Amino acid sequence: MDWNSPFMLTVGLPLLKIVILLGVVAFCVAYTVWLERRLLGFFQSRVGPNRVGPAGLIQPIADGLKLILKEDIIPTNARPFLFRIAPIFAVVPAFAGFAIVAFAPPAGPRASFLISDANIGILYLLAITSLGVFGIVLGGWASGSKYPLFGSLRSASQMLSYEVPLTFSVLSVILMAGSFRLDDIIQAQGKLPFLVPLILAFGVYVISAVAETNRAPFDLPEAESELVGGFHTEYSGMRFAFYFLAEYANVVLVCCVATSLFLGGYKIPFLPYETLLAAHPWTVSLIGLAVFAVKAVAFLYFYIWIRATFPRYRYDQLLKIGWKVLLPISLLNLLLVAGIKLAMLR
Amino acid sequence: MLSSYLPIGIFLGIAVLIVPLTMALGWLFRPRRYDAVKLEPYECGVEMHEAPAGKISVHFYLVAVVFLVFDVETIFLLPWAVAFDKLGFFGFVEVLVFLALLLAAYGYAWFKGALRWEE
Repeated sequence: MDWNSPFMLTVGLPLLKIVILLGVVAFCVAYTVWLERRLLGFFQSRVGPNRVGPAGLIQPIADGLKLILKEDIIPTNARPFLFRIAPIFAVVPAFAGFAIVAFAPPAGPRASFLISDANIGILYLLAITSLGVFGIVLGGWASGSKYPLFGSLRSASQMLSYEVPLTFSVLSVILMAGSFRLDDIIQAQGKLPFLVPLILAFGVYVISAVAETNRAPFDLPEAESELVGGFHTEYSGMRFAFYFLAEYANVVLVCCVATSLFLGGYKIPFLPYETLLAAHPWTVSLIGLAVFAVKAVAFLYFYIWIRATFPRYRYDQLLKIGWKVLLPISLLNLLLVAGIKLAMLR
Repeated sequence: MLSSYLPIGIFLGIAVLIVPLTMALGWLFRPRRYDAVKLEPYECGVEMHEAPAGKISVHFYLVAVVFLVFDVETIFLLPWAVAFDKLGFFGFVEVLVFLALLLAAYGYAWFKGALRWEE
């Protein structure tokens, strides 16, 4: 095969990278579920899944196999077509966000560790992840049942409420870096990760991201004690699994984005990546990839820790936190950052 | 320039196929033993006596409207944040004026109770 032909460069190479990335993401999602169950067991002084394979490591595969072999039930009251396609609307945005994440410094002009170097990177990410709400609303509404409907309504208004503070906190990062490209944002953190100057934005980002991914303490859309299973009550088998998959893919995506935006991505502070990269491109690239993975997993641990620690909020508290606490804080933070940057410019 | 969006297009195309392909794979193996009770909408075991109506609490609409205001605001803030160095002091003042107008709307919504859920 001629790897230098224009067709291979524009279609073949990205296709190969996409297939690899999707495989890696699917693997990460499966083992995020495993890690979460093990960690929750650890936090709650119990064992967690430990029967299938050593330390329960084969559990995700067993779960996937079981779910794919389950009966596919579409309730009589549901709208069949929408009920069938709704999981697609949840899964596609969750996966599509990974297209612009820069996982490692490029080892060469054709060996970059990202799918698309679009210069609107973070804007695309914000746009595409906010589409995830459609899958939930559509699924809940098409179920033709009460609990899913209420769950999806709550979910829609929750995701709308927390999208504003989330965007504002990302805006302060964009302001600091002066670019939408994730790689530029990581480069701007060469000396100091944005976590330090933008600690307020980081806090807002973490809280909003937890709410956007519908996880405890903001898991109102699927509050088991009041709404059975929330928007996916009527879903079973593989279709249910896709909602689950989308939720965890979003969690992994949030970890990757938080790593890029606030934790310095693949960079170690004060390490001169550029000069090292010119000398040993592949070694440095792979080290960068490992650094990125370590940071992302550390953030994931923190994310699961949050779930194990906080009790669920009431619905009015949830909206109050979003609109009356996080929004003013993130707005003030944005103006503060802009003011300081202006003072430094002059 | 445009070529950087082609991989995104391919990515979206493949992502769309994940669900149908997996469902088709499952179709080969999964059981199909349906009966009337199994296909009933879930209602804690009780028979469903009325379908969920189209009535939705007005609070949800209020949240959506307030969100719309801030979402539009964000669209204007994004280019400002990227071009901050070039716009400088003038751009900063412009944004302050813009935000002051929006904060007035936000204050109004807050004062009117659009962000209250209790009643």
